[in-house]
Amino acid sequence: METNLLRLKYLKMRTLCIYFAAFYLICQSSQAELRIDVTQGRADPMPIAVTIFKSDGIKNKNIGKKISTVISANLERSGLFAPIDSKAFLEKSIEMDLRPQFGNWRVLNAQAMVHGAVNIDAEGRLNVQFRLWDVFAEQQMVGNAYFTTPKNWRRVAHIISDLIYKRITGEDGYFDTRIVYISESGDADKRVKRLAIMDQDGANHRFLTDGSDLVLTPRFSPTMQEITYLAYYDRKPRVYIFNIDTGQQEVLGDFPGMTFAPRFSPDGSKVIMSLAKNGVTDIYTMDLATRRVQQLTQSPSIDTSPTYSPDGSQIVFNSDRGGTQQLYVMNSNGRGIKRISFGKGRYATPVWSPRGDLIAFTKMFKGKFFIGVMQPNGKNERILADGYLVESPTWAPNGRVLMFFRQMTPTANGVTRSVKLFSIDLTGYNEREIVTPLDASDPAWSPINP
Amino acid sequence: MRLKILALLASAVLISACAQDQDISSGSSGTGTVSSTTGSSSGSGTSAGVGSSALKPGSKEEFIAEVGDRVFFGYDKSDLTPSAQSTLDGQALWLQKYPSVRVTVEGHCDERGTREYNLALGERRASSVKDYLVARGIDGGRISTISYGKERPTALGNNKGSWMQNRRGVTVVD
Repeated sequence: METNLLRLKYLKMRTLCIYFAAFYLICQSSQAELRIDVTQGRADPMPIAVTIFKSDGIKNKNIGKKISTVISANLERSGLFAPIDSKAFLEKSIEMDLRPQFGNWRVLNAQAMVHGAVNIDAEGRLNVQFRLWDVFAEQQMVGNAYFTTPKNWRRVAHIISDLIYKRITGEDGYFDTRIVYISESGDADKRVKRLAIMDQDGANHRFLTDGSDLVLTPRFSPTMQEITYLAYYDRKPRVYIFNIDTGQQEVLGDFPGMTFAPRFSPDGSKVIMSLAKNGVTDIYTMDLATRRVQQLTQSPSIDTSPTYSPDGSQIVFNSDRGGTQQLYVMNSNGRGIKRISFGKGRYATPVWSPRGDLIAFTKMFKGKFFIGVMQPNGKNERILADGYLVESPTWAPNGRVLMFFRQMTPTANGVTRSVKLFSIDLTGYNEREIVTPLDASDPAWSPINP
Repeated sequence: MRLKILALLASAVLISACAQDQDISSGSSGTGTVSSTTGSSSGSGTSAGVGSSALKPGSKEEFIAEVGDRVFFGYDKSDLTPSAQSTLDGQALWLQKYPSVRVTVEGHCDERGTREYNLALGERRASSVKDYLVARGIDGGRISTISYGKERPTALGNNKGSWMQNRRGVTVVD
C-alpha cells in the first residue's frame, strides 16, 4: 500500500507560494503497471485522455480548459504520449470524487485518463486538483491538489504534467523548466543578439537585454536565479552574471584578456570559463564567494567549452592540443587530462548529462555538423541530429531530452538565414522545433524551477 | 565614372583571388588590396596604378586605401601567409609614419566552426597580427586586440570564397 496521503511540499516562487497537499489515498500496488519505457526509441506514443478540468462556480471558466490544454501539449511534445482529441470524448469532464466510467475511455483505447477540478477559495486562492487513472486496470495512479495564486495556473499545469510523466515513465519530468537563449534578428553581418528567457513550452517569453551589445552563450545557475553569459559591453568580451529577478548584471573578475565560455559548477559555487590572451586559451575557475581564481590548464593550445560532471569531480572540454579540436576529460583540479574523442572529424561543445552517463557534443565532419552523445570514456558514440550547422546541445534536467540550435543552409546571397531551436530525445527520435518570436541560438535548459 | 572603374577593379581582384582559394590581401596583379566593406570612401579597393586620392594623412580612410586593413587566414589557421606579411609590413610602415595613431586588431572566423572555439581562434588570429606588427617595431601599447569569432562576417555567401574572406584579421584605426 503506497500512501501519498500526508506528503506536504512547500514551494517558494518569488513572493508567491504553491502549497502541495497530496491526497486521494487509493493508490494500490498493482501488477502489470501502466508504464512507458523511455529508453525505447520508437515505442508508439501512449494514448491518453486529458479531460477539461471542471471549473464550476468560478468566474474564469477558461482556467480549467487552459490547464488541460497545457498538460496535453506537454505530454504530446514529449513524444511519449498521444493525447486523444477531446471531441471524441463520451464524457467531457468528471467530478473529482467520482470514478470515471472506464468503459467510456476503453472504447477510445485511452490507456490513461486524467481529470481534475479548479476552484477559487474564500481567500482568492486557486485550488487545482487532479487524478490520473489506469483505464484498463481501473486504478488511480496518482492524485494531487495545489493551492496558489490564480496567475500561477500555468505552472500548476506544468507540475501536474511532470507528475503524470514521472508516474508513467518512472523518470523525472522536465516541463516545469525554462529556457534561456539568444534571440537573433537582422542581417548576418550585423546581427542583433539579445538574451531572452521563456518557459520550456515557449510561454512567458521575455527579453532580458535590449540588443545594443552583443551577447552570447547564456547558461543557468543550478542553484540561483542567475545566468552566466558572454557580453561585449564597452567592446570588451567578458563573462557576466545576470540576476533574473533583479535584472542586475555584474562582470566576473578583471582579467587581462577575453573571458568566455562560462558555466556554473554543479553546486553553483563556481564559474568555469576560458581566458584567451596572447593567442593562448586556457581554462580557469572563479569561486563566486571568495572571487579566488584558479588556472586549470596550461598549454599553448585552445582549451575551451569546459563543463563539469554532475558530481563536480571531472571536467570535459575541447582542445586543439593534438592538432584538431577534440574532447578531453580531466579531474576538477586540472590533472589527469585524457582525450576521449577518437571518431572521424572535429568535436566541440561537450556537455555532461545531468545523469552523468553521457556527454553530448557538436561534431564537424566533411562540411556537415552533427549533435551526438558518447559515454564519458568516449565509447558508444551516437549521432542524434545533423544539418548545415547544428551546435550547442543542452540537456533537459532529466537527461532524456536535448535541445540545440540549427542554422539552415543560407540562401544564395546569404543575407537572410534562419536559426532555430530544436529538441530531440536521447533515442534520436521526436525532433521538434521550439517556436520563438525571432531567430534563436545558444539555448540553455534550466533545472526544475524552484 | 572613375569610381565605377575602381569598383570593377576591386571585384576583379576579388574574383581572381577567390579562384585561387588563397589569400586575397594581394591579388595576382600585386596591386589590389581589399578593404573594409563598411567604409563609404572611394578608397575601397583602390590600386597603386590608379593613384591615391586626397585622403586625410593619418586617417582611417587613408590607412584602408593605401595600406589595406586586413589579412586572411587558412581554415582553422592563425599563421600569416607571405602576402599577409607583406600587407602587415605596409601597415607597420604606415603606423611608424603616424606614431600617435592607435589601432585595434579584430580577429574573425568563418561560420564553419563552433562559437566558443571560434572566439578563441579569432583571438589567436588577432594576436598573430599584433605580434607581427610589434616585431616590425610598433609599440605593443598602441595595439589592442578583440575577437569576434564568427559573429561579424563580411561575406555572406554559402561558399568557400565567402568563408575565406571572413577568416580575417582587420586592423582598425581607433
